[in-house]
Formats: sequence, C-alpha cells, structure tokens
Amino acid sequence: MSKRRPYVRSMDGWWKKNPFFVEYMIHESTALFVAAYAFVLLVGLIRLGQGEAAWNGWLEAMKSPLSLVFHLAFLVAIAYHTYSWFVIMPKTLPPIIVGGKRVGPAAITGGGLLAAVVASIAMLALVWRIAL
Amino acid sequence: MSDTKKIIEIEVLRYQPESDTEPHLEVYKVPFSDDMSVLQGVQYIKDNFDGSLTFRWSCRMAICGSCGMMINGIPKLSCETFLRDYYPNRVRVEAMAHFPIEKDLVVDLSGFIGKLESIQPYIIPREARSLEQGEYIQSPEQFNAYIQFTSCINCTLCYAACPQFGLNPDFIGPAAIALLHRYNMDSRDGAAEQRMELVASEEGVFNCSAVGYCSEVCPKHVDPANAVNINKTNAAKDYFLRFLSPKGGSK
Ligand code: SF4
Ligand code: FES
Repeated sequence: MSKRRPYVRSMDGWWKKNPFFVEYMIHESTALFVAAYAFVLLVGLIRLGQGEAAWNGWLEAMKSPLSLVFHLAFLVAIAYHTYSWFVIMPKTLPPIIVGGKRVGPAAITGGGLLAAVVASIAMLALVWRIAL
Repeated sequence: MSDTKKIIEIEVLRYQPESDTEPHLEVYKVPFSDDMSVLQGVQYIKDNFDGSLTFRWSCRMAICGSCGMMINGIPKLSCETFLRDYYPNRVRVEAMAHFPIEKDLVVDLSGFIGKLESIQPYIIPREARSLEQGEYIQSPEQFNAYIQFTSCINCTLCYAACPQFGLNPDFIGPAAIALLHRYNMDSRDGAAEQRMELVASEEGVFNCSAVGYCSEVCPKHVDPANAVNINKTNAAKDYFLRFLSPKGGSK
C-alpha cells in the first residue's frame, strides 16, 4: 500500500501572505473607484435629461464639501489605478520592435504614464474652457 | 574549518506523511560561512541533525531547477540564495506554495508534468520537408521571437508565485504556457491552431488575472506572464475571427 499522503495547504488569506499580493489587491480594488465614478457621471447624465432644475441640483451636490472630499479620494485611487495599470502593461504586450531593438519595460510604462498625463491635462483644459 | 563560524536559525516546515497529520515548523541552529547557500544550510541539517529531512536538489548552480523552496515566504532557488543575507535573523524554509506537499520540502509535481505534456512541447512542422530538401532555415529575427521562452528550467517557482494556480490547480499555469508560446512562436512550427483549444479552455489563459508575480520570481527571466497575456489576446482574436472565417480557429 502506498504511504503517500500529499498535504494540500489552504489558500485562506493568501493575499495577506506576501506584500506583492497585498499591493495587487489594493490596485485591483481601485478599479471599484473607477466604476463608482463612472456611475456618478452616469447619474449626472440622467439628471441632465430630467431638465434644468435636476441638473443644477446635481451640480450643487457635486460642490458640497462632502463631495469634494470624495472627489479627492477618487482622484488618489484612480491615479493609483492608472499608475499600476501602466506598470503591468509591459507584461501584457507582445514585443514592440523599434529599429531592430525590443522596447524595454521602463519605456513602455513611461510612455503610458506620459500619455495618461497628457490626456488628463488636455481634458482638464477642455473642461476649463467650457466652464469659463 | 575555522571555529569562528556564525550560527543562524533555520526554521523548516516539516511534514512526514507516515506520522504527521499536518505540517509543522522546526528550528535548527546551523553554523554557516558567508559562502553558504540556503540549500547547504538544509543539507547541513540533514547531515548533522535529522537524516530524514527530505528535499530536492542536483546542480547547485541554478540550472537544474530542482531546489525551489519558499524562503521567508518568497519562491526562490535555494542554491542561489545565501544564508548571509538573512543573518542575524531566522530564515524560514517551506515547500513551494500551491503544490501538495509530498514530504518535508518535496512537492508533488505530477500535475505540472501532465500540463507540460498537454501543450505539445515539440515542433509540429508547418510543412513537411524531405531529407533531400534539407534543413528548416530560420532567420535571427525568427529565432529572437521565441528564444526567451526556451530559457525555462522547470523550477516551478512561477507556480509557487501564482495565486490563481493555488486557487485552481487545473490552471495550466505560467511555465507550461510559456513553453506553449515558445513553440507557437517558432517559425518552423505550425500547430498554434491545435494548441489554441487548450489556451482558450477552462484550464487556459483566462485563469490569469495579471498578478504578474510569476515573472518577478522567475530566475531565468522567461517572463511567463508575458506569454500568458499575449495568449489572452490571441485567444480573444481567435474567438472573434471564428465568426468571420469559414474555416474557424479552435473547435
Ligand atoms: S518560467 Fe521561470 S519560474 Fe517558471 S518554471 Fe520556468 S524558469 Fe522557473
Ligand atoms: S540545485 Fe539545481 S537549481 Fe538549485
């Protein structure tokens, strides 16, 4: 009779066992903030469809101190989400060959972050002009 | 030997299937010199304290891939990890995570071996060539497309780093998918379509949630996460192209 009795260890609390996994769970959970903010904007769109009073009410709500605090939290979470997204990007792309050489991970991450910053500034400038 | 040797505490996860119901930690005080690896520390324990301590090793030079262990919770090759880097703290040595423990530091790799076989890890020629036609020619560019994925030494550290494999042991996993990708990317091979069925299956690439730790711990810079994620894209393309092409991709 076989004396084998392989022992399978539990996966309970796996994400707490390694700092790398803790960071993974944090950056994955920032996706919830992205979804939640999309929902906030969707509500704004619905209020817009309901007429001027409803729209102005939504705008006022957005300006409340509580809302501003939430916006700050959203900004931090979504910025971190963006950052972590571009950090993992080199591992997800097929090799990019430029001039016979493979583009390194730092260049891909840097390029992505740069694009995100430029896009954010452009967006901000656009909204700013509309608001004025 | 000099008598000025330092002593480090090595804590080992022990499991003897014949007598233990579950693993437990045991601490050994091991004299060591600066050039001693964790593997040598464990060998010292076997030679001097407890001959029943069981672990795998062979080359002692980070190329055979047999000495993987969790060292302070991190999957590492124990022959290229040095005790001096942990001293004066205690160092904890455990069997590679996510695999069933066979005995002490030895894990059951039969599942992994089965996966390696399942990916058809050999060239299935794109076109048959007779001896008279000569060898298959490959350019340096074509060679570069897959060479990185040939460096794998089957140490399975990437599996010990992959929580998705821990949660679903059927997941083909990083190294086997990296090897699959190695053959798919070989210009002489024509079996990517055959392998697609497995790539897109329940056990396939979509188990991966891009944790990325597999590539961090890989001692040979294979970047298995890259192979897995490129094949997500390939599987998605194959899925959508099936609707467009009468031939279809996977079945
Ligand atoms: S891909 Fe790297 S970590 Fe995984 S088995 Fe191969 S050499 Fe080891
Ligand atoms: S003993 Fe061969 S890789 Fe460590």
